[in-house]
Amino acid sequence: MKTLIALPALLVFLALPAHADNYSVPKNAAFEEECTSCHMAFPPQMLHADSWRAMMNGLSKHFGTDASLDEKRRAAITDFLVANANGRKTGTTRDAAGNPLLRITETARFEKKHSEISAATFKRASIKSPANCTACHRQAAAGDYNERSINIPK
Amino acid sequence: MRRTLAIAALLFAASAQAETPRDFLTRFEKEAGAAASAERGARFFTSKQGGEWSCASCHTDKPTQAGRHAKTDKPITPLAPATNAERFTDAAKVDKWFRRNCNDTLNRICSAQEKADVMAWLLAQK
Ligand code: HEC
Ligand code: HEC
Ligand code: HEC
Repeated sequence: MKTLIALPALLVFLALPAHADNYSVPKNAAFEEECTSCHMAFPPQMLHADSWRAMMNGLSKHFGTDASLDEKRRAAITDFLVANANGRKTGTTRDAAGNPLLRITETARFEKKHSEISAATFKRASIKSPANCTACHRQAAAGDYNERSINIPK
Repeated sequence: MRRTLAIAALLFAASAQAETPRDFLTRFEKEAGAAASAERGARFFTSKQGGEWSCASCHTDKPTQAGRHAKTDKPITPLAPATNAERFTDAAKVDKWFRRNCNDTLNRICSAQEKADVMAWLLAQK
């Protein structure tokens, strides 16, 4: 009987560390349709609400491309991002002057986690850009950034 | 005036329904007031026009095949209806991407004639 109680507790315990690093994106049809056509789904948890609002106010000039949306969709997706922003390990997403950063790859947390990767590595033809998370994090589209699924391509 | 409104309402209702790739060719030709040229469409699609990209930079010059986003590297399914049945079936989607992609490649929206030419060429790809 005691083992029967202990077993579920052990399973929960084992599941915890993996879960803490899981950035799976909550289901949202509008976000999926509009924000995953040019790149994978960047997790809403990785930026603060101010950063998402600033990005969603400039979609016609979105990192060198036009990602403009009709107003209804834009507002709905902004609400979704804001509601799911600010994961527990996000850290600050503002620059030195206090303005919201628009890129996850410019945040202090990203720089800290990738301090061992050189600029040249990020520029490899097989990677192209630090924003190309899936090049190294094979399961990134599913929100998994765990070390065991990392493979830096040559 | 009333009649124009009625016609506009009719057109709107029609555009809300599912469409076929041919419907877009018809619509763009009508808007342009001239026939499309697949040959002109091919040239338009594959050459840069001042900007960093041409349509082919992401969709390749063989649109029956899959492409890749020139900046993010994400795979893009083929644009030609012959090899991708999902293409050109939703007016809102088609209008949205013509707006964005023309802006990115030409720094302006595409004319109805340019869209008609591209449609004619894409439909001819087998
Ligand atoms: C028309 C194509 C397109 C669409 C649609 C699009 N994006 Fe992007 N996005 C890009 C490009 C291009 C980049 C820059 C990639 C790079 O620098 O390598 C980018 C970068 C980003 C980044 C920054 C990545 C980094 O460096 O940390 C975020 C966050 C982002 N997009 C979120 C979104 C959201 C949210 C939506 C939906 C509202 C969206 N994108 C829709 C093309 C697009
Ligand atoms: C060039 C390959 C590469 C790219 C591109 C890349 N990463 Fe990483 N990332 C790594 C490596 C390697 C580590 C492990 C660093 C370590 O543990 O020392 C890592 C670690 C992480 C971690 C921490 C994981 C953990 O378990 O602590 C997160 C979160 C992360 N990356 C997110 C991202 C996001 C988001 C992107 C895209 C915006 C991205 N990475 C792009 C290589 C990459
Ligand atoms: C920078 C990359 C890029 C360039 C350049 C580009 N496209 Fe696209 N295009 C995309 C992406 C991404 C999609 C949406 C992804 C998807 O639906 O698979 C798309 C979708 C489309 C669609 C939507 C069709 C449908 O019904 O699904 C049309 C039409 C289109 N593009 C036409 C063009 C034309 C015409 C040009 C040149 C003026 C062009 N594109 C240039 C990336 C690009």
